[in-house]
Amino acid sequence: MSLIRVENVKKYFKVRGSLFKKVKAVDGVTFMIKEAETFGVVGETGCGKSTLGRVILRLLKPTAGKVYFMNKDVLKLSGENLKKFRRMAQMVFQDPHSSLNPRMTILEIILEPLKEHGIVVDDPEKYITEHLEIVGLGREHLYRYPHELSGGQKQRVAILRALILRPKFIVLDEPTSALDVSVQAQILNLLKDLQKKFKASYMFISHDLAVVKFMSNRIAVMYLGKFVEIANADELFEKPLHPYAQVLLAAIPIPNPKIARERKKIRIVGEPPSPINPPPGCRFHPRCPYVMDICKREEPPMVEVEPGHYVACWLYARR
Amino acid sequence: MSKKYLELEPEKILSVKDLEVKFYTYAGVVHAVSGVSFDVYENEVVALVGETGCGKTVTTRAITRLIYPPGHIARGQAIFRRRNGTVIDLLSISEKELRDIRGNEIAYIFQDPTSALNPLFTAGEHIVETIVAHSSTNRKLARNEAIRLLKQVLIPHPSLRVKTYPHELSGGMRQRVVIATAIANKPRLLIADEPTTNLDVTVQAQILDLLSELKKQYSMSIILITHNLGIVAEIADRVYVMYAGKIVESANVFELFEKPMHPYTRGLLHALPDPVRRIEKLEYIPGTVPSLINPPPGCRFHPRCKFAKRVCREEPPMVEVEPGHYVACWLYAKR
Ligand SMILES: Nc1ncnc2c1ncn2[C@@H]1O[C@H](COP(=O)(O)OP(=O)(O)OP(=O)(O)O)[C@@H](O)[C@H]1O
Ligand SMILES: Nc1ncnc2c1ncn2[C@@H]1O[C@H](COP(=O)(O)OP(=O)(O)OP(=O)(O)O)[C@@H](O)[C@H]1O
Ligand code: SF4
Ligand code: SF4
Ligand SMILES: [Mg+2]
Ligand SMILES: [Mg+2]
Repeated sequence: MSLIRVENVKKYFKVRGSLFKKVKAVDGVTFMIKEAETFGVVGETGCGKSTLGRVILRLLKPTAGKVYFMNKDVLKLSGENLKKFRRMAQMVFQDPHSSLNPRMTILEIILEPLKEHGIVVDDPEKYITEHLEIVGLGREHLYRYPHELSGGQKQRVAILRALILRPKFIVLDEPTSALDVSVQAQILNLLKDLQKKFKASYMFISHDLAVVKFMSNRIAVMYLGKFVEIANADELFEKPLHPYAQVLLAAIPIPNPKIARERKKIRIVGEPPSPINPPPGCRFHPRCPYVMDICKREEPPMVEVEPGHYVACWLYARR
Repeated sequence: MSKKYLELEPEKILSVKDLEVKFYTYAGVVHAVSGVSFDVYENEVVALVGETGCGKTVTTRAITRLIYPPGHIARGQAIFRRRNGTVIDLLSISEKELRDIRGNEIAYIFQDPTSALNPLFTAGEHIVETIVAHSSTNRKLARNEAIRLLKQVLIPHPSLRVKTYPHELSGGMRQRVVIATAIANKPRLLIADEPTTNLDVTVQAQILDLLSELKKQYSMSIILITHNLGIVAEIADRVYVMYAGKIVESANVFELFEKPMHPYTRGLLHALPDPVRRIEKLEYIPGTVPSLINPPPGCRFHPRCKFAKRVCREEPPMVEVEPGHYVACWLYAKR
């Protein structure tokens, strides 16, 4: 059963200093996330991943399209139902620093969502300390303010705040970018364990492709506001089909200085694309090594090339 | 005050000696940095890696005294060669001279891009302010330079984006605005704290190329803090590994990946997720990160180390095991 269903969602922003220009941050995205599934999203910086996550959680109003949570239209929720949704669907924001209230102590920050939803704990200090220990922090951090923590410590506070309500769905936006690989491994294992226990679903956004692969069942590759490929995680890494997915996977840094320096450097060519004025036809065409005439004129449809493996590229679609 | 004569080997640009930083908190004194020493050579990329909370950011902020109460630099020297050739101790010069150096000869790319940017300033204003603060350039020229820099860090539509406010940019764009601001004055030493965490791997690769290029062009040195060992492998010349407020190992990058010696370094290299194999559980270093209020005595890694012996409760000395490869661990030191 699908927990989240996203139908043709668009989100445009106004451009400062221009009446007509718009940033097409998300431009027609459709997918669903099953119960207990992790859906990974990777792609260019600025391609719309965070915006998509915010729209799904109703932190931003979409310009068009629909989002369903347990078959209910999220945009139409109100009153008690909206409150329930706010409790069951959480987000770990990309930048932990700006998402934590600078005037609250860590204890207050993590207690806040509990209070908001009327959950009373007997001994908050003890309760929160136990939870802090699960993410590798401790009693000594209870009364600190966010600026008194390191980057990775803040990030774990942000994760804990999202987990404390035992949500059914979490958008994890770069949740481990400030952690060393060992603590990262502990946090990722923890997220997986919790998922097994509570059947939670995740939308996992990250630039660390090895991490996305480890976490996800399926992965979507996003480029300039659109999904260009969706596949099972292993399959995407073995057989990326879309030319952009291919360059992306080829650019993963290799943690071995000899190989890293000897291998041929593949660099994506051309100007970085702009969501203000996206190219017509296939949005990747100005940088694509396989570009054909049709790519410049018509947008490629999303086709299922193999069961569950979708790609939007004229190399795989019939006219 | 007696005038000390400072020395710095000609090929070095910075030498940090015995740095100690503490924070006085509600729960006790946090020993964030405890006797850290390291060198940066001209035209070199030095990587600083280590667990989260081990003191990397505090160490590099302390170099230009960006530590505020209840924090306190208790001890140490940071000997730096200025553009004009004079050798100074950054920890004892006047605040005025330091302001002249910060943002100019020594520039930072801070870890939290959002907090490094003022929400009331546009992307362009950040860069313009940095340029005019340290030179006699007029604003108009500085503005053109800002657009050029935004283009250089691969921001699409730079002439439009120069007018946008931080909250209107994606995480990766904000990060590149911070990078553009940091390189605006062509610093001699660039301190880059997790500079590419919000960038996709293709843009990341291009930014790393840009940094390497600047290093060559302006013979800039870089202190690079990152958890991404792939990036370290890609561009670092030498690596320092930190654990719980101390440096535990240092070597050139090839040595370190090929022959890691300290048990912590080995554990770290082991915990890397593999992009090729399918794995159900990731390996990690057992035990928890130690409290810096009551750090374990002796080798601070001993409660988690599978080779720990009795002697490890004493402080292991830093020894040179192979030329240029240093490690602080009793497995390699003689008592
Ligand atoms: N509030 C806003 N006003 C105007 N434009 C915005 C706003 N928020 C986001 N944008 C623009 O929307 C686009 C998508 O941004 P988004 O933050 O979703 O990207 P992202 O994929 O998360 O990138 P990154 O990987 O760098 O975090 C960008 O061009 C960004 O500048
Ligand atoms: N203002 C402060 N007050 C109290 N403790 C602090 C303060 N600033 C930093 N610390 C502590 O000092 C230690 C070192 O912090 P630092 O930010 O240098 O870590 P880091 O190595 O950069 O970690 P990360 O990789 O997570 O960014 C941490 O344990 C942190 O909690
Ligand atoms: S549709 Fe054409 S331009 Fe676009 S990715 Fe496919 S081949 Fe390249
Ligand atoms: S000194 Fe002892 S405890 Fe520390 S890393 Fe070496 S063997 Fe392990
Ligand atoms: Mg984002
Ligand atoms: Mg840090």
